[in-house]
Amino acid sequence: MFDVLFLQFLNGLDKGSAYALIALGLTLVFGTLGVVNFAHGALFMIGAFCAVAFRQLLTLETVTVDPEKLSPWGAPVEIRAPLVQAWFGDFGAVLVNYSVPISLLLAVPVMLAIGIGMERGLIKYFYKRPHAEQILVTFGLAIVLGEIIKATFGPNPIPQPMPTDLRGAADIGAWLGMQPGVITYPLWRLVYFLFSLGVIAAVFAFLQFTTFGMVVRAGMADRETVGALGINIDRRFTIMFGIAAVVAGMAGVMYTPLLPPNYTIGMDFLVISFVVVVVGGMGSLPGAVAAGFLLGILQSFASMHQLKAFFPGIDQVIIYLVAVIILLVRPRGLLGRRGVMEA
Amino acid sequence: MAGFMSRRDLTLFVGFAAIVLLLPILAAPFGAAYPDLLQRFMIFGIFALGFNILFGLTGYLSFGHAAFFGVGSYAAMWSFKLLSLNALPAIIFAVAIAGVFALVIGYVSLRRSGIYFSILTLAFAQMCYSLAYSVLTPITNGETGLRMASSDPRVLDRLFFDAPAGVPVPSLFGMSLSGWNGFYFSAVFLLATFLLAMRITNSPFGMMLKGIKSNQNRMNYTGFNTRPYTLTAFVISGMLAGLAGALLVVTDPLAGAERMQWTASGEVVLMTILGGVGTLVGPVIGAWLIKYFENIFSSFNDNVLSSFFSFLPDGAREVAVTIAGKFVGEGWHLSLGLLFVLIVVFLPGGIMEGARRIGARFGRPRNGSRVGRQRELSPTAAE
Repeated sequence: MFDVLFLQFLNGLDKGSAYALIALGLTLVFGTLGVVNFAHGALFMIGAFCAVAFRQLLTLETVTVDPEKLSPWGAPVEIRAPLVQAWFGDFGAVLVNYSVPISLLLAVPVMLAIGIGMERGLIKYFYKRPHAEQILVTFGLAIVLGEIIKATFGPNPIPQPMPTDLRGAADIGAWLGMQPGVITYPLWRLVYFLFSLGVIAAVFAFLQFTTFGMVVRAGMADRETVGALGINIDRRFTIMFGIAAVVAGMAGVMYTPLLPPNYTIGMDFLVISFVVVVVGGMGSLPGAVAAGFLLGILQSFASMHQLKAFFPGIDQVIIYLVAVIILLVRPRGLLGRRGVMEA
Repeated sequence: MAGFMSRRDLTLFVGFAAIVLLLPILAAPFGAAYPDLLQRFMIFGIFALGFNILFGLTGYLSFGHAAFFGVGSYAAMWSFKLLSLNALPAIIFAVAIAGVFALVIGYVSLRRSGIYFSILTLAFAQMCYSLAYSVLTPITNGETGLRMASSDPRVLDRLFFDAPAGVPVPSLFGMSLSGWNGFYFSAVFLLATFLLAMRITNSPFGMMLKGIKSNQNRMNYTGFNTRPYTLTAFVISGMLAGLAGALLVVTDPLAGAERMQWTASGEVVLMTILGGVGTLVGPVIGAWLIKYFENIFSSFNDNVLSSFFSFLPDGAREVAVTIAGKFVGEGWHLSLGLLFVLIVVFLPGGIMEGARRIGARFGRPRNGSRVGRQRELSPTAAE
């Protein structure tokens, strides 16, 4: 029994990581700028499509017709030669193989630019407007971004292969001294989990140990006083929006081998991430991360067939049920501070 | 009638009724005068009016209203399948079921306001959607959607006459509801909804809701428990969404889960915003415009576009067709999203606000008793 539960726990980690990363970004934006960003899921999606675009660039091919040979039924034979391999040889093959992690290099500047552009170009004008209008404008933006992706890449999910070296499964049970072959976990999910831990640690370290982060934290606590000290807090908050976009984008890039992205992936994750933020406590960064993992693992436990035999469909609703119970029992969320959005 | 509604309201209602009933003639110059489209005008007018009772009056922005719409569709379909092909019991059943859903969801969601409320309603709607797609397949028939079949039990009908041959279609006491009959059937419900919305807006209950919108804390301090009022508004608006869903099944006998998706919830928000939040006729205008343009835009294809741009030289025409092609047909949602953003940025009060601004610029200054002035509240949300 223990190994079954442990396996479900592991299975929840990768989804939990994605929830935690998106919720972290949402909370960063809400904590600094006071805006609930309905377009945050779209940023996750754009990140995923950075990986798609990068791979499509890498796998551009030249197609020539073989002058001599014909296929058995008499049609001309096409010779496909990937350009990258033609230029770089074996190194090109490695590039294609590792396209998903390498596309992080593309995703970071792109997401930073999109994030800062979004804040400066649109959201900036909505700080003084009512919450309903902030929600509406970011919601409209989410539709627009999703439709642009749909127009560019088509409506169907585009599978992204993971690097061949990371395709197998890790025998975690054997590592922990248990019987080998009982608890195996796909390597890429392990990579995703470790990667997200790294990103979360980096964000917290950035906020905790740098001067920039200290100013941002001070601004989250009392924006006006920090501004009165002669610090351009708006610019720092804009950069934080960019960082939140980068976090969402990286989460999206690395998630592509687990779930082929299409243009609705953003909204699918966003709705659950909102629930995560509500459960964790609006405005609390540790709360968002903890609730992200918690709900991911809960969802994984709920999809066990032993449990589904008693409550059919429990895996579909468990997250919302938890949110409802939390809201009824502890309205400010698990780790929410008193007075933040407690109305 | 004098005690029932003021003279101004009577004028507004009679004018609105005249426009609705004459729509088959009035819409002809725009190429929209066919019953199927006009019936959608009526249905989504009801949906938007109902949504506006919640959002426009109380300021609570629900992102999950499509759930009630979908629930209404399914309930009506089951009534057609199990009870009778008559549309009236189906509608009553659908409204009741949607009301129960709204009561439960509203009871939980209304414990929070502002952003939390929007998130909660969105989460509930997504929950309904994913349930309808997966576990509830015996009830909702999952991805395929629910249809009528000639082998359905229909107990009430079987009591009186034998099962008709062929594919069953909804009717009203034996009268067919296809074509113009269906339009007038829906139009009656739209007018009734409009009357209801008007009565609510002007009633003490409506005043209470507006008070909640402008300052809920003050309402609480004054000694009112605001929650029963918001819950009532939520349930009424959910029931109207259910009514609209049921009417859509009467027109188009297929109930599918995609009607509950967040895009559908977003669409009704957009209709309300586009027309004018908190106004009476605004949401209806918004619904009509969106359904009209949806119909026009999504029927465009590259051939239509290239004949439209035929005045341009060849190269420029291809560029224009390629660019415009992204916004029409399949890409209609892109135009919708852009419209959404533009309206929220530049004209948060919607078309009604725009009309008032234009009127204020060109018209002579008048006193405050102008029609609609008191009804048009600034679109601020509940804090």
